[in-house]
Order: sequence, then C-alpha cells, then structure tokens
Amino acid sequence: MNKKAFSVLAVAAALLLLLALGLILNANIGSVSIPASEVFRLLWQGLCLRVRSWLWPGQYAEAAESFFSGSTEARILFSIRLPRVLLAAILGGALAVSGFLLQAFFRNPIAGPFVLGISSGAKMLVSITLIFFAANISSFHSTTMILAAFAGSLLITGVVLLFAQRVSNMSMLLVIGIMVSYLCGAVTDFCITFADEYNIANLTGWSMGSFSGASWSAVGYSAALCFFCLGCAMLLSKPIGAYALGEGYAQSMGIHVKAFRVCLILLSSLLSACVTAFAGPISFVGIAIPHITRSLIKTSRPALVIPISFLCGAVFCVYCDLLARTAFAPTELAISTVTSVFGAPVVISMMVRRKESG
Amino acid sequence: MAYFQTEALSVGYHGKTLIHDIDFALEKGKILTLIGPNGAGKSTILKSLTRHLQKISGNVYVQGEEVYRWSPRSRATHLAVVLTDRIAPELMTCRELVAMGRYPHTNAIGRLTPRDEEKVNEALALVDALELAERDFTTLSDGQRQRILLARAICQDTEVIVLDEPTAYLDIRYKVEFLEILRRLAREKGVTILLSLHEIDLASKFSDVLMCVKGDTISQIGAPEEVLRGDAANRLYDMQRGSYNPALGSVELSRPEGAPRVFVLGGGGWGIPVYRQLQRRQIPFCTGILFENDVDFAVGGSLAAQVISAPAFEPIPQQTLDCAWERVREIGTLLHSGCPIGSLNSSLAVLLDRAAGAGLPILHSVQDLP
Repeated sequence: MNKKAFSVLAVAAALLLLLALGLILNANIGSVSIPASEVFRLLWQGLCLRVRSWLWPGQYAEAAESFFSGSTEARILFSIRLPRVLLAAILGGALAVSGFLLQAFFRNPIAGPFVLGISSGAKMLVSITLIFFAANISSFHSTTMILAAFAGSLLITGVVLLFAQRVSNMSMLLVIGIMVSYLCGAVTDFCITFADEYNIANLTGWSMGSFSGASWSAVGYSAALCFFCLGCAMLLSKPIGAYALGEGYAQSMGIHVKAFRVCLILLSSLLSACVTAFAGPISFVGIAIPHITRSLIKTSRPALVIPISFLCGAVFCVYCDLLARTAFAPTELAISTVTSVFGAPVVISMMVRRKESG
Repeated sequence: MAYFQTEALSVGYHGKTLIHDIDFALEKGKILTLIGPNGAGKSTILKSLTRHLQKISGNVYVQGEEVYRWSPRSRATHLAVVLTDRIAPELMTCRELVAMGRYPHTNAIGRLTPRDEEKVNEALALVDALELAERDFTTLSDGQRQRILLARAICQDTEVIVLDEPTAYLDIRYKVEFLEILRRLAREKGVTILLSLHEIDLASKFSDVLMCVKGDTISQIGAPEEVLRGDAANRLYDMQRGSYNPALGSVELSRPEGAPRVFVLGGGGWGIPVYRQLQRRQIPFCTGILFENDVDFAVGGSLAAQVISAPAFEPIPQQTLDCAWERVREIGTLLHSGCPIGSLNSSLAVLLDRAAGAGLPILHSVQDLP
C-alpha cells in the first residue's frame, strides 16, 4: 500500500518538475530568446511590482505600468509567452479531465471529450457567427468567437442531456452524439458553401486549434472555470469509482444514477467547452492522457487519476505548444497537428493492448 | 409482520405486469430461493425487490419499512446485491472492489477508516479470498469473481442480500462452496438471503424456503420438502422429456420409447449405471425385482418401461417372481447388472436359473446387446 502511494507521489513530483521546466522553456524559446536567468529576474520583479501596486495602488501603479510595457523582453514575456503557456497548461489539464469524466461515463477508456459532438456544435456556431453575423471580424480569437464556441458547446450539451434523460442505454447516447455531430456538420458545411475564402481559411484555422490567442483575461476566465470544474470532479470521485462497477451496483450502493450521469456530462462538457472556446477543438489529449496517467500510476482510483491527469495534460500541452511554435518557426503549426502525432499512436497501442487482454 | 415481506406485489417491465400477486413472508436469517423455468421472471422479481426495476403495484417491506419509501442511502445500508452484470473495472484490485461495499458507510471522499479496512478483511476471509486481495479483478476466474462480488456485498454490512443466479458460471465445486458461504452468512450473521438458482437439486438442499415462479404468478412457496413433493418439479419446468427425482435430487434424461428389449436384474444401486447406458443407446428395458426403498427403484422408475417391484423389508412374494419371469420370457433377453444376491432377493437367482434352463441369453454388460 505504501509502495503504491510512494509511486503515485513520485509520478506527481516528476510531472510537476516537467511542468515547471516546460514553463521556463516556453518563456525562454522563441523568435526573441530570453535567457533563463532573465526570465527568473523579470518574473520576480513583475511579481513584486504586481503585489506592491495591488497593496498601494497610487504609489506603484506607474512603476508597474512602465515595467510591463518597458523592455522588449518584458513585453514579450508578460503579454505573449506567459499567458500562452499558462493557457496551454490549464486547457491541457482541463481536456484530460474532461476526457476522463466521459470515459467514466461510458465505462470505456477510448471515449474522448468530443464524442458527444461538443466540438462540432462549437464549430457550427463559430461558422454561423463568422460568416453571417460578423463578416468583418479580424481576429478569430475575438470575444465574439469565444462566446460563439462556448454557446455552441453548451447547446449541444443541452441536447445530449435531454436525450440522456430518456435513453438508458449508453451506446444509444453515443450514437445520438455522433448523429448530432453530423447534423451540426451539415449546418457548418451549409454555411461554408456561402462563405468567402478568407472566412473559410479562418474557420479551418480555428478548427485545428491554437493557443496563439492567449491573453490574461482568457487565462483568468479559463482558470476560474476549469479549477471550479476540477474541484467538482474531485468531489465526485467517490461515486465515479463506484460507477465503474456498473449502474446496477452503483445504484445499490446509494448513488442516484440519473443525477450522477447528468453531473458527469455537465462537468465534462463545461471543461471541453472552455477549451474549445479559447483554443479550438484539440484532438487526442482527452483520450490519450487519462490512459497514460492510469498506466503511470497503475490504479484507476478517481481521486488520484483526476488530479494527475490534469497535471499530465498540462505537461503534454505545454510541450506540444512549444513544438508547434518552434518546430517550423516562424511558421506556427496548429496545436492539433502536434497532439495528433503524439496522441494517435497512444490510442492505437491502447486498442491493440485491450484486444490482447480480452 | 415478518422480517421480509411482500404484499400483493406485481412486477413487470414498462408498466406491463408480468407476475402478479406475489405474497411471501421470510424470517430473519433465512434463505429463500426462487426457482422456475428460463424467462419465468425470477430476475424480474428480484430486481423489483431491490428497486433496480420499478414495481407495478403492491408493497415490499423489510422490518416493517416499505422498501420503496427508502432514500437511496438507506436502501444501500439495508440491501446489498450480487447481480448478473458482467463487470470489468479497469486496474482495480479485489481489495479495492470489495472496499466499494463500504460506500454507504464512508465519508464524502470515500476514505476508509481502520474499521472499514477491518470489515473488508473480514469479508475477504469469509469468502476465503484473502490471497486474491491484491490481484487485479479482471484476471480472476468466474468462480473467484463471484466470491469477490459476494465479499463486496457482505462488506456493505446489510441485513439482506439479494443474489441473481450467483452460481450460473461456476463449476460444481465452486457452486457448493458458494452456497456454503451463503448458509454460513445466514446462520452466523443472521443475514436474510434471497436468490434465484437454476440448480433445482442444490436449491432444494440449501434453501429454507423455495418459491416456484411459473406463468404469471407464484405457483408454490414453502419448505423444499413440501414444494418438491412427487413430480412437482417436472410440472414446474414443464418437463416433457426426462425427469427430476426429488428424493435423490437427480435429473434423468428421457425414458427410451418402444417395446422393452432387455430385462435388467438390478438392486442396491448396481442397476443405475446399466439403466443410464441403456438410456444413452435408447434401448427400452424392464427391470426388477427391486425393493421399493432401493435407489435402483427411484432411478429405474424414471428410465425403465416397466419396473417389477416388491415391498421393502420383506422377502419377495412368489407371485411377484412369477410376474417377473413372465416378462423375462416375453422379452427373451436377461441382463445381470452384477448386484449381489442374498437371502431376501434370492428370487433373482431363481430367475437366472429359469432363464438358463429355457436357453435364454444371459448378458453381463450392455455392450453384449445386439
């Protein structure tokens, strides 16, 4: 028992170290290289100034202002790289937890956060907004886009929940999710038919995902939502564990199965909606990371898998984003391009191994 | 009011009644077994008792409390189940799975107290599975899985356990072991147990109360000795071919049809293997002369075209001997099972002598039959 706890702690510590290293590397590498010592110095100064200007607003506000918009390094670090790497970490973790929750829901480790059609719902509303309502929106990461993606995700979640109340069969719900995806896809394609090339390119870019639109407000909102959902997921870890024995047993142990299932879908959808809104649908993180986590810590106890999945997803996305940014610089890759390259083989090996074990 | 009781309970699916007027009362620490043909609704009844299925009408009481008024949690502390669902939880050790049984007793994050750990160990010991504790559940055999699932139910610390066909996938050794564990639970811990079984022979030996489910109602309920009197089992299962013998608890296949081709001299259990060989080859036969308390009489009665028998504890009367000889002469072939011939059944020796005198063939094995 102690040996197991030790190995879980070791994995958590290793992931935290990797995450810290990833944050530094991301701050460090780019078109303008900022040495690690400079990163630490700027971070420390920035932190001190922030705290002081918060405590004594009048006295330090100006100093802070001039510091953050002062040197090129400070500007790059504080307004581009830092929010971006933090967003990648938060959303990566969110995606992993979202995937884990849906895997628990379907009791199938190959379910991902987008199987219920959330990404296609988001894409539908984004395309409608982009093409019909805001023909002259310059950046596809503007607030309008974020809201459209979020609303689309929640719309689909609502539809799925409506059906979840009626059908008791899980595979039925999966089929409904796929059908809803097709419907949304049809609407999206309809919009594309009437769109000009510029908007089509924008939409394609959006649907491959990117962390390039990161801003401090995006970090703030997504952190608030994701950590709230993470907390809720942790509170649900007891019933999630029991639910692994099937609905019949779960019910006999005192779980209100219907309400519990709604909670699972809702939490998972909120997390993936948040990701989709701020970075677009990112593939494979949600399927691969919970699996990697389980095989790292060799248990499926939700109270352990949830936080460690979050960490693992954060690490994975931070490094994938680093690659996306730097591999073919100055051209930036879409984040899904990178996550697919690393995620898809994991999923394949998972399938093969499942078949072998029965 | 009895400990576990139903009142005019009707059960079914989607509001359609399958079985109605289920009324029974069970004392604490007793075992009730549901038997009946496939699809009769044994599972439907059990699921309605545990609320895995919504009842249609009527009431279910445990200790005078209506089960359907319980909150989910209070149901979990009163009723534990072993279901037929095949489960495959990933990366879960048996100890973790058994500990799930503590669910209604642990705090919000499911932390196990030393007392919970103790209960888990106790349950594992009771089903004799302590050495399986750290194994991954999915690597176990069916017999081991059932024991672990039972340990989970025991761990839930309820006064009632409901099991749906718990022995379905088990071999005979595991079946017996499993049922022994249930008996021990009922006897030592006063747990009231309701279950369904396919094995009518085991059910009649191990249950306190048998409940026969057939058609749209409960056909019979009571002590196994009363319920399975005579050919009740054959009627319950609508057995057209073959038969169940309540005294021996044995099941025989169908009686060979047609005019008897051989007369078997049996007695003392020597006849049974011969009868069964003849049944396999579908050769109709007569047997005799059997005392009415002989095991051969019980099995022969199910398989032979005719049994010549004599009252037990008495020498065989002359007229029975003559009747047997009449049949031997008609059939024309005698098969001696090898049973010992003593002073009470000396008539068998007379039959052998007469047959030899008349030049009839006397065989010693079924293989010798043409």
